[in-house]
Amino acid sequence: MSSPDERPVGRGELTARELVRWTWRQVTSMRTALVLLLLLALAAIPGSVVPQAGVDAIAVTRWKDEHPDLTPIYEKLDLFSVYDSIWFSAIYLLLVLSLVGCIVPRLFVYARAFRAQPPPAPRNLSRLPDHSSYETALPADEVLARARAVLGKRYRLRKAEDASAGGDAVSAERGYLREAGNLLFHLSVLIVLAGFAIGGLFGYQGGVILVQGSTFGNNLTQYDDFDPGGLFTPEQLDEFDFTVEDFDVEWVESGAGAGTARGFRAGLSYREGDAREQEYNLRVNHPLSINDTDVFLIGHGYAPVITIRDGEGNIASTGPTPFLPQDQSFVSFGVVKTAAAEPGQIGLEGLLYPTFYLYDGDPASVFPDARNPLVSMLVYTGDLGLDTGESQSIYVLDKSNATQVTDEDGKPFRVDLSVGETVKLPDGLGSVTLEGVKPWVRVQISQTPGKEVALLGVVLALIGLCGSLYVRPRRVWVRARTVAAGDAGDTMAGRTTTVVEVAGLDRSGNGDLAEVLADLVADLKKAAPQDEGDLP
Amino acid sequence: MTNAAWETLGNQAVAAAGLAYFIALLVHLAEWAALRQPAAREAALVGETRGLENDALVEEVALQPSRDLGRRTASERVAFLGRLGFLVTCIAAAAHLVAMVGRGMAADPNRVPWGNMYEFTVSGTFVVTLMYLVLHRRFRLDWMAPIVVGFVLTILMVAVIWLHEPVQPLMESLNSYWLVIHVVSAVIATGAFTLGGIASIMYLVKMRAGEGSTTKGGWLRRVPGLDTLDKLAYRVHAFAFPVWTFAVLITGPIWAHEAWSRYWNWDPKEVWAFITWVVYACYLHARATAGWKGRNAAILALVGLATLWFNFIGINYFSSTSQHSYAIEGPELVQRTTVLE
Ligand code: HEM
Repeated sequence: MSSPDERPVGRGELTARELVRWTWRQVTSMRTALVLLLLLALAAIPGSVVPQAGVDAIAVTRWKDEHPDLTPIYEKLDLFSVYDSIWFSAIYLLLVLSLVGCIVPRLFVYARAFRAQPPPAPRNLSRLPDHSSYETALPADEVLARARAVLGKRYRLRKAEDASAGGDAVSAERGYLREAGNLLFHLSVLIVLAGFAIGGLFGYQGGVILVQGSTFGNNLTQYDDFDPGGLFTPEQLDEFDFTVEDFDVEWVESGAGAGTARGFRAGLSYREGDAREQEYNLRVNHPLSINDTDVFLIGHGYAPVITIRDGEGNIASTGPTPFLPQDQSFVSFGVVKTAAAEPGQIGLEGLLYPTFYLYDGDPASVFPDARNPLVSMLVYTGDLGLDTGESQSIYVLDKSNATQVTDEDGKPFRVDLSVGETVKLPDGLGSVTLEGVKPWVRVQISQTPGKEVALLGVVLALIGLCGSLYVRPRRVWVRARTVAAGDAGDTMAGRTTTVVEVAGLDRSGNGDLAEVLADLVADLKKAAPQDEGDLP
Repeated sequence: MTNAAWETLGNQAVAAAGLAYFIALLVHLAEWAALRQPAAREAALVGETRGLENDALVEEVALQPSRDLGRRTASERVAFLGRLGFLVTCIAAAAHLVAMVGRGMAADPNRVPWGNMYEFTVSGTFVVTLMYLVLHRRFRLDWMAPIVVGFVLTILMVAVIWLHEPVQPLMESLNSYWLVIHVVSAVIATGAFTLGGIASIMYLVKMRAGEGSTTKGGWLRRVPGLDTLDKLAYRVHAFAFPVWTFAVLITGPIWAHEAWSRYWNWDPKEVWAFITWVVYACYLHARATAGWKGRNAAILALVGLATLWFNFIGINYFSSTSQHSYAIEGPELVQRTTVLE
């Protein structure tokens, strides 16, 4: 753990064993750990600059569209999924290896040290950087007994020995928990990684947009997007369904922050397996937990209910279509399309204004709540690519083979509808009606196995860390020797005095040992008030 | 009191705190200026004596009572100005506290005052001051006074001029008691890391100037020796690191799990919090590694501080993808693909 052993490797032939040994020593050296940690910090940076597929898939798509030249290079380098990439994994796996190689041997060392006695006092205590001494008239063994009593309260003491084996001194040691804390901390890092890995492998995240009134049954086909871990199996899905009964937003009406949502909640009725139906108020920060699955409310928006009648008067399409909010004003973008219309397919693309207001001739929404909703859409007909059977985003209108519908003047025909209004399309294409506007909620459904393991890991790590940082290990020695008083021509030859030496070693680098020793000396003297007068 | 009144109180208290910090800064600068004179005179008296590097000696020389009674000696003036500056800083801190309370009470419903960058900055600087005041005696931080006060004043001004926003209710996802715990600990750790960073900067400055520069008088000789600075920096960092661990690796993920369904999402804010954590872990390692002690460790501490502040300032401004950006809580935009029959 101290500086790596940098003994130059012999120039001659290097046996394979030596090489392995040498490599292992390098890998487990403190310096390597340091460099690997720095590398880990560096390697984490790109993931905060380049959009990450696991975080924001849309941003990744957008980025790729904007940087067609860089995209292949970035893809090669795994820059869109840095934290799953080979090079990022390589760094932390090396770090784990280094950690294990460093910690496991130290565990054994610690186990031995924990049972061992404090080491005997060094021969010459005054050589230690922190030491002091005084003389007293008390006999040496009495001083030592006092030292034992004083130190014994907070230190572990070495067993008393007879004088020949260092019996003229007391050895005391404390702070064993520092190393224990340090070991616990480093081992807990492994626990956290394990918890993280379990979640990544066995968990899943899925999202779905649900219009008020609709029901979700928990199986794969019902999700809009689904991101399973590598070892996920569909059998893991818990059996439940729920219905979004109602949805409320509490808007800030005035003052600073007007037009922001203070809170929103979705009233759910849900059923676990065959159990009785239950109610739950789903709010942000208050997920619903069903067995191993958590259901979160993470967004909301509006779905206009639009009915399209074709040229023959038949209903070609009807029902709510979720529109996606563009910003905080909740002006939302969306597409309505139908292949069932005669004579031609009909596609609408445009915006929903929740509280419409014509501001200097420009359409705007003055409040995000749907108080005066209006949809304003352009119309397309012809081949909208709806017949190919290929998967198509419901938020995108494929206009490559379609023609835009125009009015008599040849200008784009625009459908502007308030609730309850109907507009006839030109050229006998049919009509469009806005029946109403319903709210939708975006719900995230996930299983995160291993999260308790990870939590346990960090909590243990924190405990270990505190032990490692705040426990101050130190060793203290007290030696008392009887010497002839006043060697220098003292008249009272034959009288003896006791020289007490106190010294210590601080292994935490906190550097307050001098005070500790001063306190100890004061304690030792206090324990013997009667000899105060005898002090020289 | 009405909410508007609380808000006004909050704004006025920030102004008052700023003024008090400014006065404290002037007092401490005067203290430093006064410090030069006795030093110069004493140096002339003592001549070639080299013992002046020693703090204790400087104190001793400086504290010798003046012969001409009645007039205050320069050294007494230094001590007086030091005490005065400390007192004014205490007053500033009190006003600072009132400013935070005012912000919190002004919101409806009442809340903790760290819903946006302005409030976070005001709270963070308060912690810097508070830690300085609390540790002042224990670690003999007199030398740090003008640096801390000047720093807090500057940041407060930046906050008032560029970051100020009217009081708003918390956005929904921030409305959680985990937020309170998370942000309190993040603010405390940020304040402490900043204070530790100041000690590390002084370590590097002093090392650059060389210990010998201390004989030349001036403020650098009030700054304690390299060893003391190193230990001070370590102690403050050793306090801040577990708090940061608690903030970003325990309460942060718990909150994220409740609000966004993922306890760790590699969101830019999380990435940088993690980077900060790793860099400070490097710092702690460095202090125990031969060849990395001292200077390299101090540099690592400052790298950590840079990542910390970059995370706070940079990510909020430059990253649009962060869910943590206080500015907007973008509605979920989703790509939905379905097969249309
Ligand atoms: C996963 C990466 C690691 C992290 C996050 C980490 C973090 C830390 C932290 C925060 C400390 C400070 C606690 C203290 O000062 O006692 C520390 C100390 C220590 N670490 Fe690590 N560490 C990691 C890997 C390693 C590795 C691979 C080694 C072995 C080479 C190692 C060896 C040590 C040692 C010996 C100490 C004690 C230093 C002392 O006595 O002050 N660490 N580590």
